[in-house]
Amino acid sequence: MSLVGTIERINGSLVLAKFDGEPKMGDLIEVGNLKLMGEIVRLSGETAYVQCYEVTSGLRPGEPVVDTGHPLVAELGPGIMSTIVDGVQRSETELWNLTGPFVSRGTNIVPLNREKVWPFEAKVETGDKVVGGDIIGTVQETESFEHRVMIPPDQSGTIKSIKSGDFTVEDVVGELETADGVVPLKMMQTWPVRMGRPTNERLPLEQPLMTGQRVIDTFFPCAKGGAAAIPGGFGTGKTVTLQQIAKWSDADVIILIGCGERGNEMADVVAHFPELEDPRSGRRLIQRTVIIANVSNMPVSAREASIYMGVTLGEYYRDMGYDVAIMADSTSRWAEALRDISGRLEEIPAEAGFPAYLSDRIAQIYERAGRVVTLGGGRRIGSVTLLGAVSPPGGDFSEPVTTHTLRYIGTFWALDTELAYRRHFPAINWLRSFTRYMDVASRWWSQFDPGWEDIRARALRLLEEASEIEETARIIGEKALPDEQRLVLLMAEMLREGFLVQNAFHEVDTYCEAEKQAALLKVLIDFYNEVEPLIRQGVPIERIREMGVVNDLLRLKENPGTDPIDEARGLLKVQADEVAEEYEVTER
Amino acid sequence: MTVEQAGLIYKTTSEIRGPILMVEGIRGVSYDELVRIRRPTGEEVTGSVLDVSRDWAMVQCFGDTSGMDLNITIRFTGETLKIPMSPELIGRVFSGSFEPLDGMPRPLSTDLRDVNGGTINPAARDVPSEFIQTGISAIDGMNSLVRGQKLPIFSESGLSHNMMAAQIARQATIPGSEEDFAIVFGAMGIKHEEAAYFREEFEKTGALSKSVMILNLADDPPIERIVTPRIAQTIAEYLAFDLGMHVLVILTDMTNYAEALRAISIAREEIPTRKGYPGYLYSDLATIYERAGRITGRSGSVTLMPILSMPAGDITHPVPDLTGYITEGQLLLQRELSLRGIYPPMNPLPSLSRLMKDGIGAETTREDHSDVSNQLYMAYAEGTRARGLVRIVGVVGLSERERTWLEFADRFENEFVKQGPYENRSIEQTLEIAWDLLSILPEEDLIRIRETYINKYHPAHKSES
Repeated sequence: MSLVGTIERINGSLVLAKFDGEPKMGDLIEVGNLKLMGEIVRLSGETAYVQCYEVTSGLRPGEPVVDTGHPLVAELGPGIMSTIVDGVQRSETELWNLTGPFVSRGTNIVPLNREKVWPFEAKVETGDKVVGGDIIGTVQETESFEHRVMIPPDQSGTIKSIKSGDFTVEDVVGELETADGVVPLKMMQTWPVRMGRPTNERLPLEQPLMTGQRVIDTFFPCAKGGAAAIPGGFGTGKTVTLQQIAKWSDADVIILIGCGERGNEMADVVAHFPELEDPRSGRRLIQRTVIIANVSNMPVSAREASIYMGVTLGEYYRDMGYDVAIMADSTSRWAEALRDISGRLEEIPAEAGFPAYLSDRIAQIYERAGRVVTLGGGRRIGSVTLLGAVSPPGGDFSEPVTTHTLRYIGTFWALDTELAYRRHFPAINWLRSFTRYMDVASRWWSQFDPGWEDIRARALRLLEEASEIEETARIIGEKALPDEQRLVLLMAEMLREGFLVQNAFHEVDTYCEAEKQAALLKVLIDFYNEVEPLIRQGVPIERIREMGVVNDLLRLKENPGTDPIDEARGLLKVQADEVAEEYEVTER
Repeated sequence: MTVEQAGLIYKTTSEIRGPILMVEGIRGVSYDELVRIRRPTGEEVTGSVLDVSRDWAMVQCFGDTSGMDLNITIRFTGETLKIPMSPELIGRVFSGSFEPLDGMPRPLSTDLRDVNGGTINPAARDVPSEFIQTGISAIDGMNSLVRGQKLPIFSESGLSHNMMAAQIARQATIPGSEEDFAIVFGAMGIKHEEAAYFREEFEKTGALSKSVMILNLADDPPIERIVTPRIAQTIAEYLAFDLGMHVLVILTDMTNYAEALRAISIAREEIPTRKGYPGYLYSDLATIYERAGRITGRSGSVTLMPILSMPAGDITHPVPDLTGYITEGQLLLQRELSLRGIYPPMNPLPSLSRLMKDGIGAETTREDHSDVSNQLYMAYAEGTRARGLVRIVGVVGLSERERTWLEFADRFENEFVKQGPYENRSIEQTLEIAWDLLSILPEEDLIRIRETYINKYHPAHKSES
């Protein structure tokens, strides 16, 4: 029997209600005659405070409220992949079909399609002993994605019956004999979004998440199962960078959470992802992608829920044994939603109006990332990588959301307005960014070149040195610098233009495979090693700039494969020899 | 506003605090409903419900509350604020709360629309991708606008943002298409002469007959500005998505709007965040800006160009800052350029159009457009850096290369950015100027342009072929 009550007061998205019983914190509530969705966020005496996921215009005190008796849950099963849903998992495509192009209120559609029939293939047999997390069957959900149907985490027992065939998510595919009796097995299960799904064991991280973006993979990689943040003022390219990672990263499943961001950007993703091909599998990227679009003019409370929804879906796929990457754009809008609710609850604010528990909430979300041994037998390993955009007011990284986020992440991609102004994209500042996963990445990269770590360190050192020299150049002018230092400046410029700058809209450059990244960086450092002795022995920097190979090196990134890189290396040797001869340089 | 004389009437106001009224002893009032407040003089102003419980309601008054006493009559209309829609709105002028200002009667229609509008379902949005030629090189060449985009002008008082907005309104076309834009003009707290300027400009070019003007001027009630942009956007949505027109909405000045929102927030004693603005300023601005766009299966579009003044030219001020996080880019006007006699005084470096990539290229403008734009950005950034160096080391301290950058920056400002307020450049002309300027630079420095395009479009190679 569900609890009912009446509305006492409406203050924006916050509705105060009295129930004829005792509702629980977090319970999902149907609010008013329109049956808007809401959630209890505070209980005080007889009054329940309900944050409403939909616009509350027109609600009146005295209208009914109904407690559904359960918290906000995600419906998990076949039918999620390649869909676009809102923050509470309603299919936006379906809403569009039902109610037209404008979002209507109180349209309570179920997340998973109940009619659609899926080909279920049983992977266990009658009499098998199973525990929570064990895979009982699979469904080929899209051409490239195999959905693994699991025993819900809290169940275990003996398979009493199981059958392959075509079923809907609610059909009974088998029966499980448990200690408490026989329970039906279905393809769909539910999970409360604010609770992490259980695992058997957390594992150390072992592999970098490869994204095909040079500055990320080579200089500031994130590990599979790690967490990264990408803060930057507007126009610095947070969204494009996250979308590039969504497109090209080697995760099995991508969850893109548009949390309080632009509608047109989500439309862009919906329009373009189906056209894109995965460079590794050759299949369409949309087939492994779920989009959660809770744009900026949708109610803030659903925005707050959308991140938990995304992470829960991610954990579900992780439990199947997949590597999942979740992009949340932007966590600042999520934090603002927290602030909005907190303000309406009249809580005492801490920094910048944010509630004192902001840091805890941020930690709770990022801690749901990880590489784990999943529930069930067979030591299945899966991971959730969490990448969050942060939109600091005024581009100021000292604000609360950025500073608290920094405490819980392993990779920090600091976006730089100055770089963005000169259209140096991705505008990731190489002096301010960091990664704590370098040991993981180095092990992985050494497969291409045992000397990779040294080359990377050399490149970073040159970039750092250059920024110091630039300080001096700003005072005395570049011309007044010794040629050794001007070479460092040239080298930094070549690293910037030839390696760090990557055009997301260039047909080749948009994705750079690891092998090419390693070769490209090596040839640039080779160049330095070749010409540095020449400079030391008196060859003027102008002569080095005149070497035709300089321009070739800057354009190598535009050409597919590594063959042009090898050619350029040959050319480099020839031209360096010419210069050496010209200036009678003997010691090299 | 055509609200019938129905609804619950109370004379139980217990408190007037700035623009906020507290009304006691009420029943059956709904959240966000429209309120009519009658002054002792008989004059009516509108308001809306901000917070409501079983026996009291908090009302924000869109008119001036000075001169009111606690005996005012409050009528709760039972409806949210709705305005009538009909094609006859085109060519009309209204006040910031939709009273006719042109001496004509109130528009009549049974088609009433809530000014808060709906939210366009993200799945139903169509990607804006039609290039709009504004005839202004700094926009078309480097920050192209597309139909359905929201692109604000960040300005400062005294700069020529009005002239620029009027020029855009006058010149905006889709190359190869004869369709004009209908214009919805929403003014919040601007001066009489500014409003008159726009009116004259629209009149001169005949745009007035295809425009709707909603004017809240500097001496009109400030709180009215809360509804003005919403009325403008509601009309724009109707023209676009019901009548299939392409609508350009100009909203000026959004900073005044935000100040009205702040006044309400402070009167409600809400916890302020930066500079006293409420924490929900971002979400609130989004409910206005996000109404721009295109819808799959509907032929019209709403393109939005809000103008806002940055107090003290500070781009990190909450209003431009939060706007920039919602809109698809920004056009930034700078006093420094204006002082050097450059119109439009638009600095391309901090300006941006996020939707440019979808609107330009071989099929719409030209294949080299994107690369040329990137190269201009880089070259101009290098040029301004060199300019900074000159101040310290003098021109003699610059390397040969830096001098070339410097020359580029000067010519770029004077030949590319600078143009006449009635000069309408085609995109081809804009790209020609760009190539002329880029040819100052050594070819190997054109690193952001594909070699095939250099061979095809660079003046040096063009003459060869």
